[in-house]
Formats: sequence, C-alpha cells, structure tokens
Amino acid sequence: MKKILSLTLALIMVFALCSVGTAYADNPVVKIGVFEPQSGDNGAGGKQEVLGMQYANVLTPTVEIDGVEYDVELVYADNASSNDKAPTAAQTLISSGVSLVLGSYGSGVSIAASDTFDAAGVPAIGVTCTNPQVTAGCDVYFRICFLDPFQGTVLANFAKNELGASKAYCLAKQGDDYSGGLCNYFIEAFGKENCVYEQFPEGTSDYSTYITNAQNQGCDVFFSPVSTEAAAQIIAKADTQALGMPILAGDTWDSNVILQAAKGTDVKICVTTFYQEGADAEFDAGIKEWINNDATALANNGGNDELAAVTVMGFDAYYVALEALKAAGSTDPADVLEVLPDVSYEGVTGAIAFDDIGDALRDSAFVKECNTETGVWDFVSVATVG
Amino acid sequence: MDALKTTLPYIISGISVGGQYALIAIGYTMVYGILRLINFAHGDVFMVAGLIMVYLAASVPLYVAIPLMILLTVLLGFTIERVAYKPLRTAPRMSVMISAIGVSYLLQNLALYITGGLNKNYPAIPWISDRITLFGMETSRVTVITPFLTILLVVLLVLLINHTKIGMAMRAVSRDFETSQLMGIQINRVISATFIIGTFLAAVGSVLFFTNYPGVVPTSGAMPGLKAFVAAVFGGIGSIPGAVIGAFIIGICESVIKGLDTILIVNGAISEQIGLATFSDAFTFVLLIVILVFKPTGLFGEKSTDKV
Repeated sequence: MKKILSLTLALIMVFALCSVGTAYADNPVVKIGVFEPQSGDNGAGGKQEVLGMQYANVLTPTVEIDGVEYDVELVYADNASSNDKAPTAAQTLISSGVSLVLGSYGSGVSIAASDTFDAAGVPAIGVTCTNPQVTAGCDVYFRICFLDPFQGTVLANFAKNELGASKAYCLAKQGDDYSGGLCNYFIEAFGKENCVYEQFPEGTSDYSTYITNAQNQGCDVFFSPVSTEAAAQIIAKADTQALGMPILAGDTWDSNVILQAAKGTDVKICVTTFYQEGADAEFDAGIKEWINNDATALANNGGNDELAAVTVMGFDAYYVALEALKAAGSTDPADVLEVLPDVSYEGVTGAIAFDDIGDALRDSAFVKECNTETGVWDFVSVATVG
Repeated sequence: MDALKTTLPYIISGISVGGQYALIAIGYTMVYGILRLINFAHGDVFMVAGLIMVYLAASVPLYVAIPLMILLTVLLGFTIERVAYKPLRTAPRMSVMISAIGVSYLLQNLALYITGGLNKNYPAIPWISDRITLFGMETSRVTVITPFLTILLVVLLVLLINHTKIGMAMRAVSRDFETSQLMGIQINRVISATFIIGTFLAAVGSVLFFTNYPGVVPTSGAMPGLKAFVAAVFGGIGSIPGAVIGAFIIGICESVIKGLDTILIVNGAISEQIGLATFSDAFTFVLLIVILVFKPTGLFGEKSTDKV
C-alpha cells in the first residue's frame, strides 16, 4: 500500500513538471531576458523595475526586425538578490535562448553574473546597477544609468553645500557592492577625516545601535544607501530615537517603501535619483492607469501608484533593447552585441547613449526630499558635477 | 557620567534584544529538554507569527488580531508537531531533525509564495510603540517593556513546571522518556503541551520583536532563530533559566560590540575607527565557542551521567 502511495506521489510530481505548456503565436518570437531580483533584500525594487518593462511590453508588444514582425516575449529569472544565485539565473536566461538581457537592480548580482553573460556572448543592459565594476572589464555589459562615483560626489556636495554638514555617518551592508561602493565614493568626495564608516552584517534587524553611534559621534548627516528593506527599519528607528540629522541615500531609496515608512514621522530624507515624477505627465498618467487596472502590478508596486524611478528606467531599457534589435536586424545575440555600442535612444528619463566602456553618457541626477506629511517626493534640484 | 550616558543606550537596546531572543530560546530549550530534538522550524514559526499579524491587522482591530494571532500560531506549532514529528517518534533522532529542517524550508517558501518576497510592514501597536524619553535618551516603550514581560513570563513558566501536574509530567518525561510512559504519563499530551508553550512564547516574542523592528520577510525568523538557538546552547540546552540568561548575555554583547568603536572614541580611548562593528555577529559565535570549550554543557547545563 505504502509503495503504491509513494509511486503515485512520484508520478504526480513528474506530470506536474511535464504539464508546463507551450504557447502558440502567429508571429515569430524574440526573447528578452529579465534578470531581476523578485525576492530577497532587493525584491521590492526588482519588481518595480520589471513593472516598467512590462508596461513597455504592453504598449509595444512587437518589433520589426529585418522586415519581419516579431512578438517580444519577456523571459524572467529571479536572481533572488543573492550573488551566489545570480550566475544560475543568468544561465537559465541564456539557455532559454534570449537575444539580450535587461537588469539587474542591485550591482552585486550584475557583477556576479557578468562572467556568465560574457562566456555566452549574450549582451546585457544594466538598468539601475550603478557600481562601476559592472561594465568595467566586461565586454557584454552596458548600462543606461549614471555611476556611483558621480552619484557619490553629487550626494557629498549636497550634504556639504545644501545641508551644511561637516561630519557624516556612513552605513553600508557588509559584502554588498552597491552600498559599500557608494559609501566609498561618498567618503572620497566628502573627505575621509570627516566620515564615520560602519557596516552591518547580513540578517541584521537591530539598527538602533547604528543610530546611537551616529548621535554619539556628533554627525550632521546620516548616509545609508542600503536596501529598501533595511531602510524601512532604519527610518523607524531614526524616528523613535529622534535621530536629529537628515538621512541621505542613493537611487534605491527612491521607492514608495520609503515613503510609506517615512509618512507621519519627523525624519528628513533626501535621495538622488534618475527621474522625477511629473517630468513627463503623459507617461505618468499612462503607466498609473495601467498599474491601477492590474492587480498584480499594483501589488508589485507596493499597493499604490506612486512611481519609482527604477520603473521608468525599466521602461526606457525595454525600448533601448528594441532599438538594438532593430539595428542588429537579427535576433542573434552576437549581432545585437555588435551594434549595441552605437545604439542611442531618447527616453523618458533623457537621452541614452553609451561610451567606450558601455556606460551611459549621463551627467545629471535629480535630488528629491520625502514629504513626511503627504507621503510623496518633493523635487529639490537637478544636480550635476562640474 | 558622560561615559554612562554614551553607553546606556547600547545596554538598554541589548537588554531588549536579549529579551526577544529569550522568548524564542525557551521554545528551543524546552523541546530539546523533552524530545532531544532541535526544532529548526521554531525561528520560522516566529516569522509566520509576524506575517499572520500583518494580515490580521489589515482586516480586524488590534485587540482581536493579537489574541487571534497568538491562537493561530499556537495551532501551527501544535500541527507541526502532530504532522511532522509525531509519526517519526520511533524513527532515529536524525530523521526527526531532517523533518524539522524540511518544515523550516516549507514555512519559508510558503511565506515567500504568499508575500511574493516583499517586505511587509508590521502594524504599529499603539502605546507600546510610542516614543518615550528614558534617562535623557529617546527610545520606544516596547524596548523597556520587553525585558520585564520576558521575566514575568519566565517566572510563570517556571511556576507551571514546578507546581502543576503537567509540569511534573514534563520534568518526568525529560528525565526518562520510556519510564515515564510506563508510569502512565500520556507522552503525546506532554509533548503537545511543550510545543504549545514554546510557540505561545514565540508568538509573544514576535509582537515585541516586530514592533521594535517593523518589517517581516520570509527570512526574518532565520537570524533571530539562530541567535536564540545559540543562546539556548550557551545557557545549557534544556535549562530554562540558562536559555534566558544566555539570551540576555548575547543580546547585550551584540549591541555593545556594534557600538564599541563609538564608545571608545567618545571616551577618548582610541582616536580612529577600528571597525569592530563589522564583527558583532562573529563575536557572538566566538563567545559561544569559548564557553563550550571550557564548559561543554553550557552555563547551566545538566551534567550528563552515563547510565550503566
């Protein structure tokens, strides 16, 4: 009896695997890989970035390559915000025959997967991975966002000139390329002697001691460009412990997770980011309508229609990918890779073109401040580095 | 005075963290005491308690949500024991342990599926999450309440174990499983009671923990669970006072080490940062190893006597 039972169980499992169906379409299909975290520390951000691509895919579901109309299919792989899972996720995409890859949110996973993409010769377009190492030394990685040395300098200048800070507390996550890298560039620009730099280990939930450290050392600004998950905790603690200094962060904090956490508190939060909501009213209205009419999209955006800059970047990345496919005139990754350096596109977030390394030619960032009463971002300034 | 003022916040936050670890650690230590099983799923039950609260608070008022959450969590602990551990009562101990690991991953992945991997904001519970000023430092009321509530619950638990019939049965079972069965103790009832008490404390712990650190993700239970387990081993696994004292020591050490750089700089002992905060977790585990090397049964562990 038991044997029969276990055999049946095993068979059910096998059938479940086989039942993954195949879809039939009239047009030939070109696949674009979406290499984004759907879970883990950066799950929320990854989902928001994917939203932009999905919306773009709804607006423009086909692309004409060499005179033939292709259906664009987005193929997803979850890199789980984890550097050791990233290569496997990248391999999954390559195996499913994608022409090029978009992503990821979070620089660490992109760096970890770059060798896999390189070996397969599949081009990847980073959407919001800002660490310089993503494209440096990797021929197949491109990106459409600004870089951390730029962002770190902008933030340091802002802290000094606008906030009048003379001593900064910098907090990064241990082993995280994004927060660690950005902290280093910030410290470089702000002056090492005026910075206190600390790291918290993976799995930390008690951030109260770091708040106390910043207070005890008499800092004037709290710089913590960490994941939104940690951010929510830091904001909560900053509120209960009356931090008494502004919190400064990079592009990851431009998210409604932060707005929700900060609403009703008396914490001052400023971030640098890629896009200011309201810059393109028509686009904003369109994507908000789509998000509100799609329950899954609404849930993935954190339950409201507040736009994150990463969503808009995801939207632009999709069109850059289409431009590349059109220019290549083929769905072969090698052809796409060949034309990618010369692709340019006028996106919602501004003009996109690549330099020799594959980085975007961008020289401005938006600075926003969280309005803790209404729970939205207020525009502060456009920052450039002279 | 100045030194005290800079150090005090770390000690207070450490005591609070310790209290939360203690409530989880008791669950580990009681189950180990009776079944000789390390219930790896315990940390995840703690996380599920947090998630249940998030979803309940969205639909019913808090005074209903909190008791209901505790009830559901206890039910979950009870069910896990009945479904995943009881059928393996006669199997080798290793099988039960593997089953516990399986339950742990099952809970984590179910939570991942339900939440979609996103951070869920824990509801703010009025009064206990209010900001208060204590000796000139700002903190939330829950930080102060935690250690007292923990000690109160532990005292009640010790009274229960020492002065009630079920408590006596528990002590008997933990001494000798088979003999107590021969003496007419209904072993399954005792074990269920143990799991119910353990998960009840974890549920209470989750309210305190997540009110203090308001974000629930599928892996939220992993690190606190591991630390609580370390605390239980540190204090001598099987001993309830041991687990509680171990948890407080680990909580305070962790917090003080995170702030040690700052304490030393502010008091003029060193002039530059030496990056000790990075090693806060490492220190915790080194402490554990050192204690175990010198006292293998932990601080309050029972001496194992070989039966002939």
